[in-house]
Amino acid sequence: MRFLTANPSYLQVTPLALVILLFLLFPVATIVIVSFWDYNAYQLLPDFIFENYEFLLTSSVTLSAYLKTFFFAITTWVITLTLGFTVAYYLAFYIRSPLLQGVLFVLCTVPFLTSNIIRMISWIPLLGRNGLVNSTLQEINLIDAPIEWLLYSDFAVVLAFVHLYTLFMVVPIFNSMMRIDRNLIEASIDAGASAFQTIFQVVVPLCKSGIAIGSIFVVTLVMGDFITVSLMSGGLSASVGVLIRNEISLLQYPAAAAGAVVLLITVLIMLSIMFRFINIKKEL
Amino acid sequence: MAAPDKAKRKAGFIPLTIVFVLFIIFLYGPTATIAILSFQGPEGGLTFPMNGISLHWFRQLFEEQQVGDFGGSLTRSILLGLCVMLCTAVFSLLAGLAYRRSFKGGNVLFYLTLVSLILPSILISLGIGIMFDRTGLSPAWYSSAFGAHLTWTLPFGLLIMFAVFNRFNKSYEAAAIDMGATAWQTFRLVVFPLILPSLIGVCLFGFTLSYDEFARTLMTAGTFNTLPLEIYGMTTNVTTPVLYALGTLTTLFSFTLISAALITIWAVRRSRARKAPTGL
Repeated sequence: MRFLTANPSYLQVTPLALVILLFLLFPVATIVIVSFWDYNAYQLLPDFIFENYEFLLTSSVTLSAYLKTFFFAITTWVITLTLGFTVAYYLAFYIRSPLLQGVLFVLCTVPFLTSNIIRMISWIPLLGRNGLVNSTLQEINLIDAPIEWLLYSDFAVVLAFVHLYTLFMVVPIFNSMMRIDRNLIEASIDAGASAFQTIFQVVVPLCKSGIAIGSIFVVTLVMGDFITVSLMSGGLSASVGVLIRNEISLLQYPAAAAGAVVLLITVLIMLSIMFRFINIKKEL
Repeated sequence: MAAPDKAKRKAGFIPLTIVFVLFIIFLYGPTATIAILSFQGPEGGLTFPMNGISLHWFRQLFEEQQVGDFGGSLTRSILLGLCVMLCTAVFSLLAGLAYRRSFKGGNVLFYLTLVSLILPSILISLGIGIMFDRTGLSPAWYSSAFGAHLTWTLPFGLLIMFAVFNRFNKSYEAAAIDMGATAWQTFRLVVFPLILPSLIGVCLFGFTLSYDEFARTLMTAGTFNTLPLEIYGMTTNVTTPVLYALGTLTTLFSFTLISAALITIWAVRRSRARKAPTGL
């Protein structure tokens, strides 16, 4: 007990540590254990079998779900990065008044604190068969029949991801950009660099870690998603998360757990690559 | 120096402003659309055109048979949100204070907290669900879902606290101690008022993130639904604008909370600026 009185930090950090232990480490351990269990239609059977993994890793459904998920992740990453960087760049370097900058920044982040599901649903009246986009295009005679792929398609899924997650790029990139010494930009322009050269050779390298943090958020959110994919694709696309979700609803917990473990490993590998670019504690 | 600089900036200013405005429309446009459509007349459908204007769908919302258990799920979500908010604020404040000194295992815990933030929600949901199931505790919104939400809100709280204490000027504290304040007095009269605005921010995050959380609640809510689960259920079986009415109300609720929090933060900062014109 002596270390408790010597350093109150141990006592102060206990609630956080308990939550992490009870609701992060134990559940992950549970998943790993259960992924080796057997099951039948009625119950789980404690066991040590590799069949869940064998089935998972040899199934063509898994492969296509992973390919689909990587497709969503990469497409969403490229679009949110481009859009997020542009918005952050505008906020950081074009808005001079700190008050206006603060207001616009809050405007970009507020949707994060509202319901994701509602934000997805709100695309229906715009993209549906009789939605605003289709009826407008038909009215001005650009198209004869409604475009079918606007809603319940991969397009709709990526659109929703971009809609939901771009601010995860804007916030850390803006944060990095605000730390860039403005003299460096001046120096670059004085030395004869064009605007694009300044962006790509001065600004981008200096907000590398902001870009990495944003990328970590976007990629992991998309990799683990099931709700956006099932809602916006109308059940037509299956991502890894959707497969796990389906197995859960069929009460095939060991199969779902095996799927979750493989997903976890995949995400951890991707993270270990992205974490090389940052020192997170310096960023705060 | 200033003049040519200004001229150069102007070159990109207009296209970038257009991009930014379009981005804001992209962010808020869809929500605005369902807000308009929720005022559809009784004969109106899920898409334009508007078929009259009425409050019909808002009234429908409060009639039980129309939309499952709206009142109950709303109450549960608000209660859960408040508990999560309180714990997030207290736990992350304590942890933030703890990390001002170095301690054994601090790094490991910090990285685990980050993992908790970026681990796919479905994993945590499934893990907690099975864990409660196997240990004979039945999952419920106030136990398993509560824990699941904390794994999502606490990392944000801790990161905000890190950001606060990294910028914290320790000389205020040192001055208080020099003048004979006890550790508790220093915290209550010096540190706490200084970090109060950020703590309000942590509370806002804690409540709204919990109030809107779907994926981590899915496997952990047990018998009774929270509001996001109820809304998700509605997307598959409700085909009237009553869905939009619900969406509009909850979004309005979130906006009200966010504005209230921002105004409080602003008021706290302002009153402090008035009390201490030297910039404290």
